[in-house]
Amino acid sequence: MRSERWRCAKWSAVFLGGLLALTALVSLYVVFASSSVAADEGAKKAADATTENPRSEYWRAVRHGVSGYSAVTGPEANVLIQDSGQTWRELRNGAGLNVSAWLMAAVLLALGMLQIFKGTWKLDYRTGKTIRRWSVFDRFIHWGLALTFIALALTGLGLLFGRYVLMPLMGKEAFGAMSAVSKPVHDYVSPFFIVFLVLTLAAWMKHNVPASYDLEWLKKVGGYLTHEHAPAGFINAGEKVWYWFLILAGIVVVVSGLFLLTPNFDWTRSTMQLSSIFHIASGIGLICFSFVHMYMSTIGNEGTFEAMVGGEVDERWAQLHHDVWYDEVVADQASHEPQPERSLG
Amino acid sequence: MARMKFLCDSERCIECNGCVTACKNENEVPWGVNRRRVVTLGDGEPGEKSISVACMHCTDAPCAAVCPVDCFYTTDDGIVLHDKDICIGCGYCSYACPFGAPQFPEKEAFAVRGKMDKCTFCAGGPEEDGSEAEREKYGRNRVSEGMLPLCAEMCATKALLAGDGDEVADIFRERSMKRSSRPDTWGWDVAYKDGSHEI
Repeated sequence: MRSERWRCAKWSAVFLGGLLALTALVSLYVVFASSSVAADEGAKKAADATTENPRSEYWRAVRHGVSGYSAVTGPEANVLIQDSGQTWRELRNGAGLNVSAWLMAAVLLALGMLQIFKGTWKLDYRTGKTIRRWSVFDRFIHWGLALTFIALALTGLGLLFGRYVLMPLMGKEAFGAMSAVSKPVHDYVSPFFIVFLVLTLAAWMKHNVPASYDLEWLKKVGGYLTHEHAPAGFINAGEKVWYWFLILAGIVVVVSGLFLLTPNFDWTRSTMQLSSIFHIASGIGLICFSFVHMYMSTIGNEGTFEAMVGGEVDERWAQLHHDVWYDEVVADQASHEPQPERSLG
Repeated sequence: MARMKFLCDSERCIECNGCVTACKNENEVPWGVNRRRVVTLGDGEPGEKSISVACMHCTDAPCAAVCPVDCFYTTDDGIVLHDKDICIGCGYCSYACPFGAPQFPEKEAFAVRGKMDKCTFCAGGPEEDGSEAEREKYGRNRVSEGMLPLCAEMCATKALLAGDGDEVADIFRERSMKRSSRPDTWGWDVAYKDGSHEI
């Protein structure tokens, strides 16, 4: 039991490290996926062992993915034993499940505490005048991305945790039937998610260039702990972090997902194992961040949600939460204001 | 209670693929699926070894551990079976399995995998023993009729053994002793320096 726990703890640490280092993963990915270095070394060892003692060391090497010849054709049919499956199993069932669950619980708990102790950040007053913030196209891509993301997150979580959470409640048959639907839903929604993700990231990059006042926003954590306002342009620093995280984790989740989506290309098992781990890590990262985003833009902050619904925000909201942008808008309006007509008489 | 096991004697296997054919025919497995295969290591070189491999019916089966819908179960005889009515064809079992046992029938449209298919130790599935539904989904249930897997029964050189673990081990131990060879297991050179028999 003790060694099992130690193994879990060990893999948990590895997994957590993986979550934090999403950036480096994409390049690592290609290297890992295409290499079969371990297997080659094993084969060499096996060959050496054959000449010396065909009966002992030989079988030890075979256990680590040595390939031979098989009349049966198929992906990796000539590999007698692959041992990376065990690593994948321990990563997925150990850290993949445990760290993911605790991470999501921690984020939800933190947001719950914020709501209990600070409550909704209310506007002190409304001017009643509104400013245009998001165009119809912006709102379309946002909600397209949001809805496809939620569909993927729910079905994905169902595949990861359902066996432990839903199956005991629903029974095996009902959960199996539900999963038989949620798996293809996950598959078929994903291309739409990719389209919306690319559109959103491309359309909003210009808003998300870091600015000098963003540091102050980050220092104040956006003022969420004190309800003191922090400087922000059209997009605040927190949203910018969300945007850039969405790019990084988005690439990982999409690339790994495309591997998992296309088993017909006969990817090797090690490619699929790595894809699965990266898919879980990036997916859970995105889900955790989306919790924060969903909280802050709805009950956490009065006046924010209406921006993505009607596209307009109250002047006071803009003044308080996005002062730099508000000043720009005011200056812009002033310069475009029609000059009072001069009397010709 | 018996604990069913497969054992392939690498000193006897002649890579005839009779086991593969016997399995395919007896169980009428789908096109493109081979529940059993023979792998030859060091093919054409001195000391080449062939081994017939299929589902090894693990005690702590990795496939069962990673299945998102928990469709695997182990029979009283230690045979690992799965329920195709619950399987969603995600392929996780095939990533976890060390032996490459889980197979997927010809891909459907849009690259969706069909239900997983694998060696059942000729013991069918969750349906009623010997029923038509069971035969169609999982193949012949020979175990319920008191017979052993056909792959082992048909093996011309009796390299592939199937049956209760204790009996299989007894047969193999006797063979090893008659060959008066050192044990085939790895680690001999580590335990006994320079491969010497003297301790």
